[in-house]
Amino acid sequence: MMPKRTRQDPTEGNSVIQKVQNILRSRVCRNEIPPTDIIEESLKVQRQHLLDLIYRCAVQGESNSALVTGPHGGGKTMLVSSVLEEIESDRNVRNNLLIVRLNGLLQTDDKIAIQEITRQLRLDNVVGDKVFGSFAENLAFLLEALKTGNREEAQSVLFVLEEFDLFAHHKNQTLLYNLFDICQSAQTPIAVIGITRRLDVVELLEKRVKSRFSHRRIHVFNTLNFPEYKEAFQRMLTLPSDLKDPKFVKRWNKDVEVLCGNATVHDVLKKTYQLDKSICGLQSLLLIPVCKVTEDHPEIEAVDFVESSKHIATDSKAAMLHGISVLQLCLVIAMKHLTDMYDGDAFNFEMLHNEYLKFMQRKAHVVQSFEKPVVLKAFEQLVALEIVKPVDGHGSRTQKEYRAMSLLVTSAQLTEVMNTYPGCPSELKHWASNPLPT
Amino acid sequence: MADVEIDSECSNINQMILCRQKQVALLKTLMGEPSQPTCPSVFIYGHGATGKTLVVSTLLMTMSLPHAIVNCIECQSSRQLLVRILDQVANHEPRPENNYCSLNRCENMSVFVRLLKKTIEERGIQDQTVYIVLDKAERLRNMDANILPAFLNLSQLSGCNVCVVLLSQIVWEKFLFGFGSNFFEPFVMHFPDYTKNELLHIIAKDTPEGYSADFYSSYVNLLMSIFYMVCRDLNEIRHLAQLNFPKYVEPITKGEATERDSHKLWRHIEPHLKKALQTVYLREVTSEQWEKYQLGETSQQGLPSQPSSLSSRAQIELPFYSKYLLIAAYLASYNPARYDRRFFSKHHGKIKKSAVNRKKETSHQLLGPKAFPLDRLMAIFYSIVDSRVAPTANVFSQISSLVTLQLLAQVGHEDQLDTPKYKCTVSLEFIRSIARTVSFDVIRYLYDFVK
Repeated sequence: MMPKRTRQDPTEGNSVIQKVQNILRSRVCRNEIPPTDIIEESLKVQRQHLLDLIYRCAVQGESNSALVTGPHGGGKTMLVSSVLEEIESDRNVRNNLLIVRLNGLLQTDDKIAIQEITRQLRLDNVVGDKVFGSFAENLAFLLEALKTGNREEAQSVLFVLEEFDLFAHHKNQTLLYNLFDICQSAQTPIAVIGITRRLDVVELLEKRVKSRFSHRRIHVFNTLNFPEYKEAFQRMLTLPSDLKDPKFVKRWNKDVEVLCGNATVHDVLKKTYQLDKSICGLQSLLLIPVCKVTEDHPEIEAVDFVESSKHIATDSKAAMLHGISVLQLCLVIAMKHLTDMYDGDAFNFEMLHNEYLKFMQRKAHVVQSFEKPVVLKAFEQLVALEIVKPVDGHGSRTQKEYRAMSLLVTSAQLTEVMNTYPGCPSELKHWASNPLPT
Repeated sequence: MADVEIDSECSNINQMILCRQKQVALLKTLMGEPSQPTCPSVFIYGHGATGKTLVVSTLLMTMSLPHAIVNCIECQSSRQLLVRILDQVANHEPRPENNYCSLNRCENMSVFVRLLKKTIEERGIQDQTVYIVLDKAERLRNMDANILPAFLNLSQLSGCNVCVVLLSQIVWEKFLFGFGSNFFEPFVMHFPDYTKNELLHIIAKDTPEGYSADFYSSYVNLLMSIFYMVCRDLNEIRHLAQLNFPKYVEPITKGEATERDSHKLWRHIEPHLKKALQTVYLREVTSEQWEKYQLGETSQQGLPSQPSSLSSRAQIELPFYSKYLLIAAYLASYNPARYDRRFFSKHHGKIKKSAVNRKKETSHQLLGPKAFPLDRLMAIFYSIVDSRVAPTANVFSQISSLVTLQLLAQVGHEDQLDTPKYKCTVSLEFIRSIARTVSFDVIRYLYDFVK
């Protein structure tokens, strides 16, 4: 009872703003498939290709395999799920097709993958959602079940393998071999669709697996140019007209249109586009402004985007360096000089301490000088923050004072920190830019 | 009505958590209403003691959202981690009544995702965002390679409204290494360090009874003038402030000064704090010892002896030959082999003066110990021990027991018996104190000091 009532709540009792938030948030948070016409527009060829392939498998009993490749955020998963959605809505196909979804991140070895397949196909060694039997039994059983079917009678099975490249790391690639093998022989019609980001994924396959793969590749590349990118931006913010309050929607959409013409927004978008032209990048830019829409602040302003892009562009290491103590800052400067002095070679704590002492002897009146154990503690905190890294792993065989270290901060980052550090002694600044004479 | 509630809640949180208004506000906007979708993962980084865990857990508690908070250090394997998350999402707690059993068995991520979905459905919280907070997330990098990317994209993998919050001291860039391309960008958020004033403001909250907040913060201010250069960690400063406060107010309790005699109080406390920097801060003296020491100092009124610290372990009782073996090992580690003849043979002929190269060499004391073969160690050993020593099994077993004591270290494991190489891993101070007990002058044999 309870869950039902709460679920009805957002559709009835809530204000327009909350509905607007729901719509926009689900667009930005990557858990909604955009309407088909948008995908149709940009990925028309690929979509048709995939759709045909699955239809042929479901209706005509044709076995096939294909790989969807493309960079991160290019819309591979979105394309596949939109195709699947369309297929599931077709009653003719739905009764004749079983869909098995696997993910390389979840099914990390073949045993788990086989159990998952058995579970999703609801075969007869499944009770509830537990699978029984050993790996060998399961595999034999599954193969038996798939092999006994023939083209005319058996129901087709569609395998969707996300993170396909991770499946190629399984031992002997047993699962891939068997799937592709069934694809090739006249058994139960199956279609295997792999989704991956790696363009060289075919090279990962063993020779026998590769030869059974159909070499059908569907590339999903991001071909948006800037005006299109901007249009995508506008479309993401535009509300559908079938909302309860048409007046508000009209005003909102008009505001969004004005926003797109804004010069500041244009600049921010251009900058983001140059860094990352995928839709994912756009979504993370939109995340803060969209979340900020509330009752008191019912429209998105250009300032929000500037803030958001600033947030994305912060140099995290410089931000962390901002929080270290003066002593640690001294050490970082000394490390930078040591690295310069030895042409990027590793240094150890003793050399660092020696350098620190040299500075202290010359400018002792400015910065309080500390004893060696205190300096060592500060140094170890830097190691824990991974600002300095041991060169040769974590061997306990040398003393910590003599372990070879290398600095992981660039001099540009150091300069930035020196400029923003609160209450930085000027001697330190001077030392940062000029090494001590030897 | 609802607005008023939210406002009061917000101010409530801001009263509990000082100086983090901006971060609290940003997190709140990200979370939105419980039923709304949230971004799949948030990564929060910042130094230790900047309130990462505090802010996130307080927010989740006060808004009473379904959540699980797990510290990754406590989980040795990914299995433990997953089981704990499931237990917390299901509101199940291992207790004596249920024999400390967890609700589910969960071997891998695939099962986890299935069980998570089931648990959420069983509790009837499908339409709420479930938060999974992973503290010390840098440990996730040492677990199975699929764990971190899977958590980052958990909402897509499970199809539930889940938000994974990662807390770490290490910047996000270092998490990407080694995962190939299978990662998803989380929303990255920084918790900046507290400024000096903010630190004062926060510490003023735990003013002891009977003293005004102003008095306490002026004391903390004095304390920070000693410690702030080395330490900006709130917890550490807070601890030190509490530890040394009785000493600070001692003149007042004795009636020698009043609260306004700040100069006198400062003169009284300053040497004390400087000593604290060298002892308590480095944990060479435990806090309890330090408190006892303070009490003892006030009662005796004389010059008390330093509390016996941990660093006085620099003296170790060793057998006679072990001492010589260790000295020999030190000399072999820090002297270049070509000068052995000069130091240890009686007729070493002429010493060539190659002053040209001398200047360029970095001191061996800086570079650290070099490895040396066993033969060289034995040769030096025989030459520095006056009496004749037979190379018995005893002597060799002493070498290997020096290795297990970690005074020596074996380099390269390939040939255990044949010609093992060693390094000496003790400091100059240590070896000098050892040498003093056998009245041997190490400095005279060290190349760095003789040249």
